[in-house]
Parts: sequence; C-alpha cells; structure tokens
Amino acid sequence: MAERVLVKGTEAIGEAAIRAGCRLFFGYPITPQNELPEYMSKRMPEVGGTFLQTESEVATINMVYGAACTGTRVMTSTSSPGFSLMQEGISYMACAQLPAVLVNVVRGGPGLGDIQPSQGDYWQATKGGGHGDYKLIVLAPSTVQEAVDLTVLAFDLADKYRTPVVIIADGVIGQMMEPVTFPEFRNLNTLPKHDDWALTGANGREKHIVVSFDIDPHVLEKMNLEIVEKLRKIEANEKRWEEYKLEDAEIVITAFGTVGRIAKSVVEQARKEGIKAGLFRPITLWPFPYERLEEISKGKKLILDVEMNMGQMLEDVKLAVKDHARIEFYGRMGGVVPTPDEIFEALKKFLNV
Amino acid sequence: MAFQVILKRPESLTQREFTYCPGCTHGIIHRIIAEVIDELGIREKTIAVAPIGCSVFAYQFFNTDATVAAHGRAPAVATGMKRARPDLYVFTYQGDGDLAAIGTAEIVHAANRGEKITTIFVNNAIYGMTGGQMAPTTLLGMKTTTTPYGRKADNDGYPLHVAEIIKEARGVAFLARTKVNTPQDVQKTKKAIKKAFLAQIKGLGFGMVEVLSTCPTNWGIDPVSALKWLEEHMVPEYPLGVFVDKVGDEQ
Amino acid sequence: MPRVKGKIEIDQERCKGCGLCISVCPMKVIDFGEGFNAKGYHPAEPKYVEKCIACGFCYNMCPDVCITVYREVESA
Repeated sequence: MAERVLVKGTEAIGEAAIRAGCRLFFGYPITPQNELPEYMSKRMPEVGGTFLQTESEVATINMVYGAACTGTRVMTSTSSPGFSLMQEGISYMACAQLPAVLVNVVRGGPGLGDIQPSQGDYWQATKGGGHGDYKLIVLAPSTVQEAVDLTVLAFDLADKYRTPVVIIADGVIGQMMEPVTFPEFRNLNTLPKHDDWALTGANGREKHIVVSFDIDPHVLEKMNLEIVEKLRKIEANEKRWEEYKLEDAEIVITAFGTVGRIAKSVVEQARKEGIKAGLFRPITLWPFPYERLEEISKGKKLILDVEMNMGQMLEDVKLAVKDHARIEFYGRMGGVVPTPDEIFEALKKFLNV
Repeated sequence: MAFQVILKRPESLTQREFTYCPGCTHGIIHRIIAEVIDELGIREKTIAVAPIGCSVFAYQFFNTDATVAAHGRAPAVATGMKRARPDLYVFTYQGDGDLAAIGTAEIVHAANRGEKITTIFVNNAIYGMTGGQMAPTTLLGMKTTTTPYGRKADNDGYPLHVAEIIKEARGVAFLARTKVNTPQDVQKTKKAIKKAFLAQIKGLGFGMVEVLSTCPTNWGIDPVSALKWLEEHMVPEYPLGVFVDKVGDEQ
Repeated sequence: MPRVKGKIEIDQERCKGCGLCISVCPMKVIDFGEGFNAKGYHPAEPKYVEKCIACGFCYNMCPDVCITVYREVESA
C-alpha cells in the first residue's frame, strides 16, 4: 500500500511526472508556478534527469519540440502570458504530431493581468490557441490527487496519440497542500520508444523527418486530415468528467478545476436549504463531454455555469445543453476566486428564492 | 592506366535536387557539411535542424534524420534534442534572417550555455526566401526591397557582426568566419566546419561557423560576379578568421 | 614531371548553368552546352576534358553537386 504524503499541487505534478518516466524539464520562471520548475531543478539530478532553465518561454517550447522529436518524454510548465508566448511552438508540435506535457497554471488576464487564480485561458487551451487547425487534449484537475493522476495520464495520452497534452490548473490547485498517493515509478524501459518516427539517427533504416511543413497544399491537407482523424478518435475515446449528486438533481452546476471543487460546497449548501443541486465537472475540457451533459440537462430546472472568467466554458455548455434547459452564468474575473456563499446567492437569485 | 573517382557527391546528401537559385552558394555549404559528416562517420547518429528561409528544405537534402525549426528557434530545438539524446550529434543550419534577427536570443544563449551542438550560419546579407528584404547583416548603402534607397545607419542601424558577439560567450568551443567564393576558401570553410563538429563530438562545447555566402538573385547580379562582390564588399565589413578554437589541430 | 591526367563528368540534368565551375577552371576544360536540359538551363559541359588535371576546383564550386572528378592512376 503506497503511503499518503502531504504535498503542494505544483510539486505533486512534478513528482507525478517523474514517476511517469519524465526525465526532461525545460522551464522559465513566471508566477504562480515557480515551485514546479524549482522542484524539478532539485529532483531531476536525483533521478538522472535534466532540468534546464531557459532564456524564454519561446525557447522553452522549442526545446520541448526538439526533445519530443527524439521520442523522449518531456514536460514544461508556465503561466498564462508564458503560455501565450508558447503558442507558435505548440502549433508546430500539433502539426508535427509531437507528444509532450504542458502545464499552464492560469493567472488573471488579459495582458500582464495579475498573479491570482483564474480560468481565463480556457479558450486558448481548448480552441487551438495557435495558428491552424488543431486541438490539444486539455485536462483540468480539481484536487491535488487528481493533479497527480492526470499528470500520469497526460504522458500516456501524449504518447498514445502523438499530441501535446495540456494540464490546466491555477494558483489555488498549485499552492494547495493535500494528502496524495503517488503511483509507483514507471520502468523507463517500458516507455513507448516511437521507433517508427522519432529522430534517433538513421542507423540501419531510412532517414526520419519530423516537420510541421509541406510546400504542396495537397500534401499539407493530407497531414491536416491525419490530425483531424486522430482528434475524432480522441473525442470518441477520451472524454472524462465527474458527476456529483446528479441522481435527483433539479439544478446542475457546471464548473471545472478549482471552481469545480468550490461548487461541491455550493451543492451541499443548496441541499441543506432544500434545493436539489448537483455538479457536472468536465475533467477533459477538450474533448468536452457534450453528449453526457446534454443527456443530464434534459428536464432540469436550471443549468448554472460558474467559472473564473467571463463565460468561456459557457459556450461549450450551451452547445451541449442546446434548448433542453435554461442556462445561466456566474463568473468572477481578474483573479478573483468566488466564494461558495456568493455562488449560492447567485443561484438563489436565478431561482427567485 | 585507369580513371579513379576522387571527388563525388557525398553519402550524407540525398539524391534530391537543391531548390536554390542557380549559382547560390548555399549548395556548396550543404555539400561540405555532408562531406564532413561522411568523413567523421557520424551520419547514422546525426540530426539536422533546418531553419525558415531559403534553406527550409535542407531537411530533405541531408541524408540524416531531420526537422525544421520555427523561425530563429533552431538552437533551442537542437538544445532539446541534445539534452534528450546526448549520444547523438545535432547541427543547425541557419540563415541571417533566421539567426541574426528573430533568433538572436536562442543563438546567444545556446552559445553561452556551451550547448554541445554545431551551428552553420550562412550570412548573405539579405533575406532570400521572402524576396530580398534587408537583413541585420545587410551592408550600409546596400539596396534591398525594404531599403530601396540603400541601408542607412540612422534609420536601419548597422550590419550585425554575429561572430564578434558570439565570441564573447564562454561556452563557445569553436568559432570562425569563412567564405565560399573560391575553391581554396571552400576547403578552408570545410576545415572550420569539421572543427565545429569536433567541438561537439569531443564534448568541448558550442561550435559555429559563420559562412559568407552569395545571393545572386536578390543581389541582382550574375553568379560569377556575386563571388567577386562578396570579396569586395562583404569581406571588408565581415573580417574572416578563427575567433575561438579549443579543438586544436590534432584531429 | 608528367602532368596529372584527370576527367570530369557533369550531371547534365542537375546542372543549373550557373557557370561557377567555368569561372574557376584553370585549364578552361568547361563551357556551356548549346542545348537545354529539362529545367531549361544550358548545362556546363566538359568540352575540353583532355586538358583536365583533376584539380577539383569545379567540384568545389559547384552549388548543385553535379560534378564527379576522376584521376588517372596506375592500373592495379
């Protein structure tokens, strides 16, 4: 039985990555995620890995690209403005079909914004983010244990589908300490080798090329179609979500990440006052669990979407719910974390109680 | 008596025809890199990182594993590869738009870290692929499609001396500036490129050769005149020489 | 001392007719051909190959790597 230890979210993600077989971390300081690179700078030498502090997020993502070209598990972490800087490289990686895990500890924006917890990067993470046609798998933990589990899953999905996978968190999950159980260390010899495409030296085989480029539009279209086909497979197989007290619910709160955990308190509070509320929490923000949310929304009195942004996931909630139920939104921006009380007040206002 | 082949297309080039304009000396530089890789016997352990620019297709020309980096980011991509697989040899091939403009941060820091990679920097004083615009390396007074009255220092700044900047980085193990406008200079460039690879192979640090090259099409002169123009105009601005050599002569 | 006897071959289809080889050949072995290749260039031809000394200058300056250089040796 693995032992439970008390750790901070950012460090938990770092340790989980190492357990998943990641031995390469590139990163550039930006608040509020610095504990993760700091942890990796201490931990990587202990496990024979490499930590490199880069000159910028632009350099970071291109180092991740280079490492991923060799088929090696690699990771970086950043916060919103840094994630924006990485978008060109992420687009290259999506087209070249390169596996990697990217952690975005989201902070208040737009612009320089602030360093407080936010969910303002939902669109950027789930709708592509960079140029061209692509999507990334986006995982949103709401507890430290889930951050651990999703980090391991992120590496496996990245390798399975040859795609960058984003873990989207915020300062709350990053700074919070919770007891977690870490998985066993993955045997490095059992990790996928990607012998069929990786750049490892053309020894006894034809040369391999990994590019996000072709000058012939018909070839580039074929490359695009290959990515689209892969994305359809991910949509069919990888949707994940949590349902909380939905069996008898009349009101469904939709929320992800940090707000997802706050919303559980709101559900409890509402139930104490006789309002049958439940929570639908997408874990994969892309692919978004549209079908399940649609099914759940049928016959409900109210769908209340709550986020730390202006209503970004709300667009996907609307696509899922269609006209099956009334949809309302409550959000805070700029790094303000809503309290359970204020969400509950908003809920009561929408219900006229 | 019988004839024996003494010089032929190196193994480390594929059979693909180069996409460069007639007389462009990119092709000469490609060939000598391939010869060096052949002579060092490292083709099966080498990764080429092509840039954005005319040489974007270099990933097809070298008969090694290869990728294309985002504009200016080749040293970062190469860093990622080398850190992931220190047993492989990684080189970047970059033009002056790629390395000396958008990619200045990446090249300076790769050099300063002593990243064990090799960079071939092709300086032809102009952006080729995009149609002959001013590069950071464009000479003062030189006409380009974005300096139609000639480059003026007060508006456009001065020709950027990349080798002189990079030589200050302590992680550099080999650094030279050469040219390829005569057969003798081609051989000197080849020797320099070999040392820049040896700096990596011996684990000494970062190796780079800045090669003065021609762009007859965008300079608006014929290929043979371009060789002369390079000598008369580029060499005075960009002095040749070995700036750093920790490799030594024993090879 | 007898002059080294050489020979070159130029891949007529690869050649882009830039003339760099012609400009550096010390023995004036090479000249443009009259015909066109498939790319539409007048390729360089070793018209006076008997004068070749296998110096390799043409090979060194050929940007399209279309030249092979031979040298005469004692038969084994």
